[in-house]
Amino acid sequence: MGEIPLDILALQILTGIALGCIFVLVATGLTLIFGLLNVVNFAHGAFYAAGAYLGVFAFGYTGSFWLSLFIVPLGMAAVGMVTERVLLRPIYGRGMSYPLLLTFGVGYVLVELIRILFGTDGLPFSSPPELRGSILLGDIAFPLYRLFVMAFTAALLTSLWFLIEKTPFGLIIRAGARDAEIVKVLGIDTSKVWLLIFALGTAVAGIAGFLAAPMRGVIPEMGVTVLIEAFVITVVGGMGSLPGAVIAGLLLGIVVSLTSYFAADFSNIVMFAIMAIVLLVRPQGLLGRPEAAR
Amino acid sequence: MQSSRRPISSLSRRAALKFLGAGVVVGACWSRSAAQGAGGLIKVGFPVPLSGPYGSEAADQVRCAQLAVEDFNKSGGLNGRMAELLVRDDKLNPAEAVTRTLELVEKERVDLIVGSLSGAIQLAVNETCKARGMTYNALGVSDRLNEASDFGPTTYHEGLAPYFSVGALGRYVFSKLGNRVAYLIADYEFGYEMRRAFQVVGERMGVQVVAEVKHPLGMQDFSSLFPRILSAKPDILCVLNFGRDQLNALKQASEFGLKDRMKILVGALSSNQRIAGGAEAYTDVVGASNYYWKAEEMFASSKAFNAAYAAKYKGGIPSDYGSYGYGGVRSMLELARKAGSVDPVALSAAVGSGFNFDLYKGPQMIRACDHQSVQAVFVLRSKGPSEMKSPNDAFEVLEVAPPDDTKLRSCAELGLKT
Amino acid sequence: MNSMSILAETSRAERWRERRVFAWVQRHRVAAAAVTLSLLPGIVPHPALAINILIYGLFATGYNLLFGYTGLLSLGHAALFGAGAYACGIAIASGGLPWFAAILAGIVLAVAVGGIIGALAIRTRGVYFGMVTLALAQCLYFICYQWVSLTGGESGLRGVSVQAVSLGSLRVSLIDPYQKYYFLLVLVIVALAVFSRILESPFGAVIEAIRENENRARASGYDLRWIKWISFVLSSAFCGLAGALNAIHLGIVSIDTLFYTTSGTVVMMTLLGGMGTFFGPFIGAALFLSLEDVTASWTTHWQLIAGLVFIACVRFFPKGVWGSALAMVRR
Repeated sequence: MGEIPLDILALQILTGIALGCIFVLVATGLTLIFGLLNVVNFAHGAFYAAGAYLGVFAFGYTGSFWLSLFIVPLGMAAVGMVTERVLLRPIYGRGMSYPLLLTFGVGYVLVELIRILFGTDGLPFSSPPELRGSILLGDIAFPLYRLFVMAFTAALLTSLWFLIEKTPFGLIIRAGARDAEIVKVLGIDTSKVWLLIFALGTAVAGIAGFLAAPMRGVIPEMGVTVLIEAFVITVVGGMGSLPGAVIAGLLLGIVVSLTSYFAADFSNIVMFAIMAIVLLVRPQGLLGRPEAAR
Repeated sequence: MQSSRRPISSLSRRAALKFLGAGVVVGACWSRSAAQGAGGLIKVGFPVPLSGPYGSEAADQVRCAQLAVEDFNKSGGLNGRMAELLVRDDKLNPAEAVTRTLELVEKERVDLIVGSLSGAIQLAVNETCKARGMTYNALGVSDRLNEASDFGPTTYHEGLAPYFSVGALGRYVFSKLGNRVAYLIADYEFGYEMRRAFQVVGERMGVQVVAEVKHPLGMQDFSSLFPRILSAKPDILCVLNFGRDQLNALKQASEFGLKDRMKILVGALSSNQRIAGGAEAYTDVVGASNYYWKAEEMFASSKAFNAAYAAKYKGGIPSDYGSYGYGGVRSMLELARKAGSVDPVALSAAVGSGFNFDLYKGPQMIRACDHQSVQAVFVLRSKGPSEMKSPNDAFEVLEVAPPDDTKLRSCAELGLKT
Repeated sequence: MNSMSILAETSRAERWRERRVFAWVQRHRVAAAAVTLSLLPGIVPHPALAINILIYGLFATGYNLLFGYTGLLSLGHAALFGAGAYACGIAIASGGLPWFAAILAGIVLAVAVGGIIGALAIRTRGVYFGMVTLALAQCLYFICYQWVSLTGGESGLRGVSVQAVSLGSLRVSLIDPYQKYYFLLVLVIVALAVFSRILESPFGAVIEAIRENENRARASGYDLRWIKWISFVLSSAFCGLAGALNAIHLGIVSIDTLFYTTSGTVVMMTLLGGMGTFFGPFIGAALFLSLEDVTASWTTHWQLIAGLVFIACVRFFPKGVWGSALAMVRR
């Protein structure tokens, strides 16, 4: 194995962070939905894929990457709202298993719908011309687009942080995550809040999918591995904790990147081993609430 | 214990024993002989992954297979017996593939089975067919199928062996493009088989392996693997994976500037991915393929095949993986014609010291000892979008490696009787 | 009276009332299952499907013990099914063991794996329980994937060939689909009989108590962790048996057996049929597999139909087909 030269190490970390950004976005949506609604959203990977397809479709229609980037969260928020209102809301009272299983079914159906509408092969999609090209870091050409993804993720997370920490709506979210019952007693229409949260989580997943599209391609199965990765991150960071998702996502991206240097075929098992260890030693994750887990 | 726990009543116990006995008797009565239909239609079972990521490849295999059945029937069939294709979806899942195979064998009473695209699945189907004495012609690319542990007298293999196809690619490329080689290998049997083929050829030609990077199947983001490859400064990068992994690896390699620094090879070229992902990612990539429509410039049978396909499917062209469907079905039917029957023993005997045929890509031969279809391999270079004179003008043919069974592993090496 | 006998008394009284209504089916539920399953090959289009229903029905039954009766949502039961399959398969293919020893090996390994996973998972609750089982099952998947010399890795394990089985002077051919079916049926019915006994024992009452109200059960003095663990282990035994039978049926063991999609499938089947009921899992398996089989022959988009049916079930018939039927009859 041997040591890894410093410039390569820096590069591996950089690619790890870029990798982590997509992880973080998907995990953010998942952890938001779990934190407030107590729903484990197994359809999250499908929403990720749907966002990518929606974006590519919008691009085909409008010809503009930036406009599509705007359309995707709106469209996916609508999808999320419909899912929450029509399918999830009626079954909230029945315990944690049913919403989980329902979202599992939704994921199945959504992916198959994508196959029916857009075919099984996937769609070609490239980054916009403004972002093509790369900057030279030593021997390697680092694509501009990935730098853009990192910047965009940072911007998006900052706005989310602002929303949660500094706005009245964010106050409700934080209070609801702490104790949903009290929030209801205080007279706030929690059903509307939940609807918006689910829509927000779905929208973020959709953006993640569209952002990932030029890097990883657009196929119906694109959300399957992403879902599992998102679970790992959410668990490690703490289900319900946004900063936890960010830290865990970036960390995991770097870990996967470094593992790839030495033994890429083990990067999957490393992820699951970490998830298992965290669950057994500290099930609430890095920043989650301890009382929920045991 | 307490009286609430009731004992197994004598009624239930008797009932259970009765059913046990009845079940065995019924089973014995229902057991039917395994004799195939003596006359009538020749039924060819065709399980392929119609749903899932290889749906397009499988769909083209079905189209080509139906064409094969038609061509066979038009030329008289087997002494007047016509052939019929029974298509099934194996869902790219070995358990489902076995279930479909059992349905074809037990319920439909097919005479032979042709199919599979995935290496793992064809091993599973082969196992099932072997146990039941059912002739099976596998279309997937694999080395393993012909080895003694998996091979059986009913096993046939139309798909290429990577040892041969990748070997041909290596022989062409290593002599021309340089001698420092890096490998990007998908972590499964197929990836390793391609790696081994390059190894054998590479050793003979004095190639130096500067980097060997494995990646898990389904890895979407290859960026973390590139720094290591780049720092090794290879002349050639061999990308040994398939399907979406192949497309993503090539696309990202391009973005990270690898294409500018080294020549990129692909062990098994997938024309479908090139269409799905855009020709851009594949520009100047060299790979091995089992079929390209321009073979019609060399072989009359290719011209006829392309023409028949275009006539039946409104001007389309057969794809690489699709054409296996044609060769796989048609060669077995022609073998049956030679044998005068579809009985597995007769078919095996009809192979003799080698069954020669020329049905769609020039001369081919089913080798006697391992039933491998020895066939030509096309070494192709993918054209960039600006070079393409028409949408179908996807590749430049660099070389057509002729069928040569000395370049395959010998049957002794496979552990089989020669 | 101590808490155990109070609980037993209450459940006994309830059962007595129920019994007056469907005494017959309940009393003879194993026999009823045996009769219905004996007729299955005549109902479904082809015998291989009937065998799959039998095997997955047993798998779902084992899963139901944990999910339907104890109330623990495990998302990693593929590990137990796969452990049973691989142990049995390796015993036959590499070890040359006879079929009964191989099946036993399957059950034993599944119980061992279940014991470990259960012990680790029981420490958490709620959705975390599901996540732990998922993570540990995936770890087992990757271990088996990489351990190519033992399991065949991604190419799967081949050579699990049992052509015939000798029961004394009787020779049952496993190549003939109907003989194979009835042979497996006997084993499954025996397993169901054991399962039925477990449910009727005081243990069966306790696990249902845990499902209904965990705190109350704890307050009644039961050691929940121990009982949950036993439930997990027993569930593993049935799922492992199902896996072993699957290995013999297919003649191969594919790596997909350990993948989380298999875990998802058994959850779907159990829910579809009716969790917490005796016949539910078999009915769920029959419906799910038949649906898949039939729709796959119409369209390559069979997953859409399966998914929609599943969503409809969760949304409108949470008790599943059999559970809803039971509820309607009881009303």
